[in-house]
Amino acid sequence: MKRLLPHPLLAAIILALWLILQQSAGLGHLLLGSAIAIGVSLAASAVLPERVEIGKAHKFIQLLAVAGLDIIRSNLAVMMVLFHLRPAPKAGFIEMQLELKNETGLAILAVLLTATPGSAWLEYDRARSTVLIHVFDLVDADEWVKMVKQRYEVLLLEIFP
Amino acid sequence: MIDDLPLWLSILVSTMVVLGALLTMAGCFGLVRLKSFYLRIHSPTMGTSMGGGLILLASAIYFTITRERLVLHELVIFFFVTLTTPVTLMLLARATLFRDRVEGNDGVPRRPAKQEPDNPGPVV
Amino acid sequence: MSVTILGWSLFVAQVLLGIGMLATVYRMVIGPRAQDRILALDALYVVALLLLITLGIRNNSQIYFELAMLIGLLGFVGTVALAKFLMRGEVIE
Repeated sequence: MKRLLPHPLLAAIILALWLILQQSAGLGHLLLGSAIAIGVSLAASAVLPERVEIGKAHKFIQLLAVAGLDIIRSNLAVMMVLFHLRPAPKAGFIEMQLELKNETGLAILAVLLTATPGSAWLEYDRARSTVLIHVFDLVDADEWVKMVKQRYEVLLLEIFP
Repeated sequence: MIDDLPLWLSILVSTMVVLGALLTMAGCFGLVRLKSFYLRIHSPTMGTSMGGGLILLASAIYFTITRERLVLHELVIFFFVTLTTPVTLMLLARATLFRDRVEGNDGVPRRPAKQEPDNPGPVV
Repeated sequence: MSVTILGWSLFVAQVLLGIGMLATVYRMVIGPRAQDRILALDALYVVALLLLITLGIRNNSQIYFELAMLIGLLGFVGTVALAKFLMRGEVIE
């Protein structure tokens, strides 16, 4: 089983995307989609050496909800600034220490922080495990770091132990 | 467009499309208005996160109701665009940091002294 | 009645997206540096994709979806290649 499916999560996502794009869950689509999903996950094992292990999957939904709310709030805040409804804030770079070491966890954190209009992930330094972030509306750097740690990093540490 | 459209559906879809377009327009407008590259890198994500999400969700709802079956493939585009735009933005930001450091421009954080300048470190 | 509301709001949305496209083109023309132009090109791809989706609702057709998907895929690959080029001076290492 492990030899046939080196990345079960990736295969499941590809199968789901295939079925949604075909707009049906007939037997033929299921078979073809499964064949493609297994083929792609076998091919991907040359690029992705580590198998993604998930600790607590239900925390992932909580993470998505937290990130979704933050993205909506940040969108409205940046729009207010761009249309002169609020004075332009002070932007700045932050260097932040991370406890998270898991590659998938770091990738998810990077995508979530960059997808939020208020912050952009610039560079990760693996040797010192710090990350350079540019923040659009920087009021208090320590406060901001604490917010990211509490809202995202704790959850990601539980999902990817 | 079809003729027998329920009123609630047209109001819902209209609101979402206009709000999404407004957010996307604000993002593009930010590209013109903001002063530095590191500020401008924030604004396209408005179009790909909430602006695009609202328009694509409106399209999914519209076709689900009018075709009377579940149409979800707009969500594939949303999934794809929301995942890939941060990747391109991170690559662009790292390229810009690299170029600014090579040229010695002001206002850019230095690379820590431990690493050699030729080795930009692992990509995450 | 409801068709009129939808038609007008789609028109407004398309005008807004068109203004957005003009803004990205402006940034792409004035630069000042290569990374600014690439960032604007990436934003232009996304706005074009969304414009196609609104066209799909207006014409009540799902063909535009395929085009939007294609633009999304091409935009991603193109921007990644350009960003790689800026960093190293070559696309494939």
